[in-house]
Amino acid sequence: MTVSTPWRLVVRRLSLIAVLLMAGLLLSQLTVAQSDPDKEAGFAVPAVDADIWRQVRSGDTGPNYRDSRADSNYNLVNASGETWRQWRNQWVSPYGLIVLGGMLAMIAIFYVIFGRKALDEPRTGRKLLRWTVLDRSLHWSVATLFLVLAVTGLNLLYGKFVFKPLFGDALWASMISGSKLLHNYLGPIFSILLIIVLAKFLKHNLPKKHDWEWFKKGGGLIGKGHVDAGFANGGEKVWYWLLASVGLLVIASGFVLDFPNYGQARDTMQWANLLHAVAALGLTAVAFGHIYIGTLGTEGSIEGMSTGYVDETWAKEHHNLWYEEVKDSARDETELASENVQRHPPDNPATDRPG
Amino acid sequence: MAQMKFMCDAERCIECNGCVTACKNANEVEWGVQRRRVVTLNDGESDEVSISVACMHCDDAPCMAVCPTDCFYKTDDGIVLHDKDLCIGCGYCLYACPFGAPQFPKQNAFGERGKMDKCTFCAGGPADSKEEEYEKYGANRIAEGKLPLCAEMCSTKALLAGDAQTIADIFRQRVVQRGHEDGAWSGNARADADNLAYDAAQEG
Ligand code: SF4
Ligand code: SF4
Repeated sequence: MTVSTPWRLVVRRLSLIAVLLMAGLLLSQLTVAQSDPDKEAGFAVPAVDADIWRQVRSGDTGPNYRDSRADSNYNLVNASGETWRQWRNQWVSPYGLIVLGGMLAMIAIFYVIFGRKALDEPRTGRKLLRWTVLDRSLHWSVATLFLVLAVTGLNLLYGKFVFKPLFGDALWASMISGSKLLHNYLGPIFSILLIIVLAKFLKHNLPKKHDWEWFKKGGGLIGKGHVDAGFANGGEKVWYWLLASVGLLVIASGFVLDFPNYGQARDTMQWANLLHAVAALGLTAVAFGHIYIGTLGTEGSIEGMSTGYVDETWAKEHHNLWYEEVKDSARDETELASENVQRHPPDNPATDRPG
Repeated sequence: MAQMKFMCDAERCIECNGCVTACKNANEVEWGVQRRRVVTLNDGESDEVSISVACMHCDDAPCMAVCPTDCFYKTDDGIVLHDKDLCIGCGYCLYACPFGAPQFPKQNAFGERGKMDKCTFCAGGPADSKEEEYEKYGANRIAEGKLPLCAEMCSTKALLAGDAQTIADIFRQRVVQRGHEDGAWSGNARADADNLAYDAAQEG
């Protein structure tokens, strides 16, 4: 049958147009539209053929594509929008929860089974300077910003399932717009500070041979054995290098999303969004571990980051190589305390009162 | 319940941008925002085709699924609307939308997006008063029993708006009629000599 080829072509063209133009209409209706093929075959369709349709789908607009909207760089159809939606909603959201929840559960189980890692020997009462005031200010600024960014970021991903039904639209509106503002404006500040911290702590975190031994022995986290470690042990170095790689990825993708005024394409922002979410959720999970080990998990660690000084015993047990380097600078805790009092005399309410 | 849809008959669209202008006028949308656009493929070639696009009020709307504030809702008529009081201008709806419908007024520092604006099917949006509604979302013609102005104004009736079933019937009817020997002008004496369905771009 000679007519069969053009006939089929026309029907195919028609169905292709119809899919586009009747977006949302039921397919059954389209088959009805083709119900009288003889008539259809009789007229020419100056329309979308399979090639053009493929071109539209591929996102390639071609030289003779026109869009009447000013500044529009969009194709007729956003081919990757649905993919982005599925990735975000079906993968990133649920698995993010699983990773965060799993990490918390693991920490809780670990704590219940092994408990806090206490110092083996009694404290000597002699202290070593571990973190200067500048180190500590940087650490706590970055830490605070990290937490704020994590909380607001989680609210952007999951808040609508919890707080919107819980608090109602009015409160939810200020919560979520506050989250967005904090996230978008603190993000760049976090980025700058994190880069400063990474630069400042780099010298402590260069990989050494003894780090390998540290990993093989599981960091001495469980049990009594002690493993060689310098100023930073293997675990701390991993955290450092995670921040220096994944952290920088979060920062870079964050900037792509934060400043949409540089003409980056919609597709670029979809990718940036996925990377940003996956990397940030991962870092948040690891941060849970960091926080646990630095506070509840290890006796004496938090002192270093709060007062700047650690006990000799702590240094010997956790960072023996570093201890060997600095043990001569150890100072008595009473001596330090009196120095502190001189530098910051306590307020005297009696003399403070005006008049 | 009716399921409201737009449909653009590419055989008829002459790229006059009347719909774009009508929309802009009916809704007084912000400077820089143009809810409807006309896309022309292969402009100047024999297979040139134009289509008017705006929000298609999707059944399983991607914008709705990704919005972090959950500010979208579907009316009983299947129209997808959003609450500008909740919108934070994150742009996610734009990443997901198949038709590039959401737009953002550029009014804030650092390129931060303003509140999202898109076609409302001339159905307004959530507000306390009529004035506020008009101010934020534009006309609510649906409440007055009227269809979107773009479709109403379309000179060739390429752009159809209304209940999905009804406009599908109209389109079906057209497809059946289109290409009739006398161009559906029954009684046209010159039908044979001057076939309105004749297309110089196609051979024969
Ligand atoms: S804005 Fe886009 S995704 Fe949402 S209903 Fe309209 S066309 Fe669909
Ligand atoms: S820009 Fe507004 S409407 Fe769009 S997804 Fe973000 S909050 Fe929702």
